[in-house]
Amino acid sequence: MRGRKLFNLIVVIAVTLISLLIVLPFQKPEFMKSLLFWQDPRIRDFSLKQGLDLKGGLQVLMTADVKPGTLITGTLDSARSIIENRVNGTGVAEPVVQMQGGDRILVELPGVTDRQLAIDLVKRTGSLEFVDAGVPLLAGTPITTSFALAQALIYPQTAAVGKPISSVTPISGTTIYPTAFTGEILESTAAPQSTTTGSFDVRFAIKGNAQAAFAEFTGSRINKPLCIVLDGVVLSCPTIQARLTDGGVITGRFTSDEARQLAVTLNYGALPVPLKIEAVREVGATLGADAVRKSVVAGIIGFIVLAIFLLLNYKLPGIVGVIALGLFVLFSLAVFILMPVVLTLPGIAGFIISIAAAVDANILVFERFREELRAGRSLRGAVEAGFQRAWPSIRDSNLSTLIICAILYSFGSAFGASAVRGFAINLVIGLVVSLFSAMFVTRTLMRLVFGSDSAASLNERKDLLGI
Amino acid sequence: MFSIYNIVKNRRIYFLMSLMLIIPGVLAMIFNVINLPTHTPWKLSVDFREGSRFVLKFQQPTTETAIRGVFIQNGVPNPEISQLGAATENLWQVRTSFLDGAVSQKIQSDLEASVGALDKGQVTVESVSPKVAGEVTQAAFWAVLAASLAILLFVWYSFRSAPHPIRYSICALIALLHDLLVAAGLTAIFSLLFNWEVDALFLTAMLTIVGFSVQDTIVVYDRIRENIVRHRGEGFTSIATRSLIETVHRSLSISLTTVLVLVALLLFGGASIKQFIAVLLIGMASGIFSSIYNAVPLLVAWEERDLWGNKANATA
Repeated sequence: MRGRKLFNLIVVIAVTLISLLIVLPFQKPEFMKSLLFWQDPRIRDFSLKQGLDLKGGLQVLMTADVKPGTLITGTLDSARSIIENRVNGTGVAEPVVQMQGGDRILVELPGVTDRQLAIDLVKRTGSLEFVDAGVPLLAGTPITTSFALAQALIYPQTAAVGKPISSVTPISGTTIYPTAFTGEILESTAAPQSTTTGSFDVRFAIKGNAQAAFAEFTGSRINKPLCIVLDGVVLSCPTIQARLTDGGVITGRFTSDEARQLAVTLNYGALPVPLKIEAVREVGATLGADAVRKSVVAGIIGFIVLAIFLLLNYKLPGIVGVIALGLFVLFSLAVFILMPVVLTLPGIAGFIISIAAAVDANILVFERFREELRAGRSLRGAVEAGFQRAWPSIRDSNLSTLIICAILYSFGSAFGASAVRGFAINLVIGLVVSLFSAMFVTRTLMRLVFGSDSAASLNERKDLLGI
Repeated sequence: MFSIYNIVKNRRIYFLMSLMLIIPGVLAMIFNVINLPTHTPWKLSVDFREGSRFVLKFQQPTTETAIRGVFIQNGVPNPEISQLGAATENLWQVRTSFLDGAVSQKIQSDLEASVGALDKGQVTVESVSPKVAGEVTQAAFWAVLAASLAILLFVWYSFRSAPHPIRYSICALIALLHDLLVAAGLTAIFSLLFNWEVDALFLTAMLTIVGFSVQDTIVVYDRIRENIVRHRGEGFTSIATRSLIETVHRSLSISLTTVLVLVALLLFGGASIKQFIAVLLIGMASGIFSSIYNAVPLLVAWEERDLWGNKANATA
């Protein structure tokens, strides 16, 4: 028993020291940051992450702009990663680009206020195709392609999307140009300066799984044009000069800007599915800072009021409760940093409410403790019985709130209301940490204070026990 | 008469008090369903209703007419314009149909040109398409239904060792619906009086109330379950009263801590979550009342088959 008590105390002290190390805002050495291996390397530091409603910025929710039922599995997710690349290229700090409920993409751009610019950035979908036109077409010519009409490709097995070209029903009076590949087959592009002519070229590489088909296609069409078509408009029709396997070079006396633009379009303009915007939120940048300051003040006042309540009501056990409560706040902040949790205003409210829940568990225990003392138990016995008998109430009442949080979380995930999700996550973390704080930290401290032989004399000091 | 020893016996008084708390709110909700253009119990924010919402902070005082002019110029026929906060804050809200990025950008620059400089740091613009708004409303409905069902099953399961566990869960559910109705009803009244709009956070508040309301009830029920075993042969009314007395200090302490924290948030917290906190506070306060004055007396009423406490009063 004595060894166990000592061990528990060491655990509490160790967890406290580690949490302090995480939470205290000193310059963290690199090796500490590298310990957070599960976090995205770009945001890997020991700071509390703030959500869009606190930092200000733009939130865009979009979905595939296709007829219901025609969306092909996986295309939206590849669109998502392309948008993510594009967003990362702009240098916006800590952007969020994620799937929402399977059929939507959520983009959050903290600090961005130019709504149209940001919308262009994510929406300029550019469905990119390589078309076997047979004859060179002028740049800027609008054409109808088999892919635009029926998602049909000459090489459907190589790209992630598409049906065989034979499934296209001809339309009289319209030329349907067969699409060979979509932009999906591109691995990377670059715009280097040619060493011989001094003009700029566009160099491109083909993904491994499409190389066989690309070689077959280019090999059978030497000296024929390959038209690059973006959103149904011809961009350029370079002539195929050789059988190409893993990539090639488009030469055409481009200027530096032209080459780079074509390279970027090839690279990032290749969204496999057109998108439309369903919801936009633009939050002013200074709204959040004020709200954070106010929430922190509210939280501190709430904490002080709770501490006074505990001290007045429970005296000596109350002091233990206040210490446990302080540790609860410390542990929670450490978990927020480790996860990392993105704090939103409702999220902060959820955390502050969980402080109250943490007190609840302590109150349940202290009330039981008092009851057992009144019933004539020894101090040590009352501590043990208090925790044992309060446990079912604590467990059941926390479980009911946890169930509700799970429902809230799934509701919040359904449509990108990160506010609702943030509230649920923080409340859950708060509840779990409060269980640890009440059932382990408070118990260890209570045993320490009331469990020793020298504490037995406390039994006479009813005033200190709050009876 | 209002002593804790008589709560169970005088249950009719508390049932009537609950009805009096609920009825005005329900009337307000019905009134809103009939009168609001959306035919909903509350005014809806963009989370649940398609369209765009601008919150504009001007640096100088301005007029509704001036703002309206700019929106109409840009082909927005019927903007709903209202002033938020104190008149000196120059904070305006404009609701319109769904506008895309280009139009809303142009409106903002036109406003700056012809109405007055905006405090860009405090501007919020939200646009939600009809599809999203519809789905959110649907998801909200399912969330509330799922929460109620989950609680019903959860209480049933936790009290499976007590006699008639289904009674505990249904009584807890009724106490829960009571709290939701009080909070929803008062929100409807505030919707009428102060133009409160219901957003996703309102639903969050309602679901959180579900969690905490059940928490209060479980603490008392837990003690009843324990006392049934300990005091075999004692009447249910007496066991319930005993359990109430034994836990009332605890229930009040627990609820008080939550209420204290919420009051701190309401007084000192950010403006954008004030309404959310207020709804939570109403629900929590109702939760304290219902767990003591509804949940336990209801359970007794069911066990004794005597809703209004007539038998109890006849023998007293």
